[in-house]
Amino acid sequence: MNLTEKILAKASGKKDVHPGEIIDANLDMVMIHDLTGPLAVEAFQKIGTSKVWDNTKIIVILDHQIPAESVKAAELHKKMRQFSTEQNIKIYDVGRGGICHQVMPEQGHVKPGDVIIGADSHTCTYGAFGSFATGVGSTEAAAAMATGKIWFKVPSTIRINTKGKFQKYVTPKDLILHIIGTLGVDGAIYKAVEFTGPTIKAMTIAGRMTLCNMAVEMGAKNGIITPDETTNEFLTGRVKKMPDIKILQNDKDAEYEKTVEFDVSKMEPQVACPSSVDNVKLVNEVGNVLIDQVFIGSCTNGRLEDLRLAAQVMKGKTVKAGVRTLVIPASQEVWKQANDEGLLQIFTQAGAMVCGSACGPCLGGHIGLLAAGETCITTSNRNFIGRMGSTKANVYLASPATVAASAITGKITNPQEIKV
Amino acid sequence: MDNKIKAKAIVFGNNIDTDVILPGKYLVLVNPEELGKHALESLDANFVNKAKTGVILIGGKNFGCGSSREQAPLALKYSGVKCVIAESFARIFFRNAVNIGLPVIECKGVSLSIKNGDEIIVDLENGIIQNLTNKKTLQGTKLPPSIMNILTDGGLIKNLQKRMKKND
Ligand code: SF4
Repeated sequence: MNLTEKILAKASGKKDVHPGEIIDANLDMVMIHDLTGPLAVEAFQKIGTSKVWDNTKIIVILDHQIPAESVKAAELHKKMRQFSTEQNIKIYDVGRGGICHQVMPEQGHVKPGDVIIGADSHTCTYGAFGSFATGVGSTEAAAAMATGKIWFKVPSTIRINTKGKFQKYVTPKDLILHIIGTLGVDGAIYKAVEFTGPTIKAMTIAGRMTLCNMAVEMGAKNGIITPDETTNEFLTGRVKKMPDIKILQNDKDAEYEKTVEFDVSKMEPQVACPSSVDNVKLVNEVGNVLIDQVFIGSCTNGRLEDLRLAAQVMKGKTVKAGVRTLVIPASQEVWKQANDEGLLQIFTQAGAMVCGSACGPCLGGHIGLLAAGETCITTSNRNFIGRMGSTKANVYLASPATVAASAITGKITNPQEIKV
Repeated sequence: MDNKIKAKAIVFGNNIDTDVILPGKYLVLVNPEELGKHALESLDANFVNKAKTGVILIGGKNFGCGSSREQAPLALKYSGVKCVIAESFARIFFRNAVNIGLPVIECKGVSLSIKNGDEIIVDLENGIIQNLTNKKTLQGTKLPPSIMNILTDGGLIKNLQKRMKKND
């Protein structure tokens, strides 16, 4: 079996499982947030059971519309706080956590081999730690909170095998954009995507999270990476007890639907152009695209390493007049570290606005929406019509280096051409 | 729920994502009727008026891709959509639709065969799609009994209520 199959077999108490088989899996963790949580709570209350199945295995995170941007949002947040108190569930409130997908692993709620669902499509991010993690809707999260179980169809797996070393200012974000550009936004519907090879072995946790985060942008059920020393190092001290990762390896005869090979050594910075994540071009091919707003943040690229990279490009420079730049560290922890390292100072001096940890402009719900005709380049993961505000705005996706370089010049720019 | 659905078709293209089905700014609305008023408005400002009296939505590949917001299928259901038939679905959307009691059927070739305004009858149990306008019949993927049960109970919550009672 491959890693995804192994985890699902164990969670359903079977010796082995095969793609297409429907199983009932026991869950290790359920996450809900401020936008999907209220519907889940309502549904939970209708089921007619008074207590959740296990209050230590449910996490509530407020991140999408914080601090409350309207009275309506405030009411929803209040509801989530009440539910957490009633059920004695851990809640990460304003100023205590940050973006759900950063907070979950950071605070030790994700372990290799776990089966985790979250009422958010980017829950697949936790595959970076060798867990099976996938997004569900609110009603299903409610059912899971009541029963601790969920049904899955065992997915077939596409293996993405990578080799080579990245050139300067080429990042895991460029790799995943290139992969999605190659396979298409429906290239992995219902399937598991496993990232393997020397490039992944050498990759930091932050980079692995970026890859798994965007697996859903090609329709995947989950993204996954075999846990190793890097995983151990990150999670030690965060999780209560590290599982034995030796058993979480692919069998020698593990089966894949197909294997696609990528060599990153000659890869150039990539950009996903409006309005589809697979509309990917080389940054040098997009032409003269003037921008109005820049966003550095989100669960895709708001980590310390991303901020360091952006700061490296922006240090001692100023954001082009007429461009507004928003920087949002993915969590309180990242915020503090970025502050200690002087990164926030660099951004502020360059003329960027640093906001508190939240989803922010990524979903066009709160903070920094776009007007009709405006163009934004962002480190986040979706450029759909209307995603960041007006349906007539244009959104380009790129790496923190490319986005930072573009902030300086006021147009989409190859970071390799910026003098540091 | 009735196992046969009859209504006029409205046809959309490939990769209809949840942000165009229901933009993020409406996620603070809690009342499903309110959500229904904004369904698909960024693609067609008049959609809600057309859907009011009941329609069958036809989509291309990867219908419902993007976020896990259950508000997307809810908005469709409450705008008047009785069933969605598409070449393929994004998996979270598919599960969400079933869980809130909105029938979804996968059917290869549907987006080419059915035109806007065609009169359609869907037999959910057998996955058969009959086009009364061009007199063609299509075979969609039959829903497994476990999913049909959730749909006929009117969604996952009602289905669970029933199951929990049985276990008592
Ligand atoms: S940062 Fe964006 S993609 Fe990530 S959880 Fe928040 S809204 Fe979703």
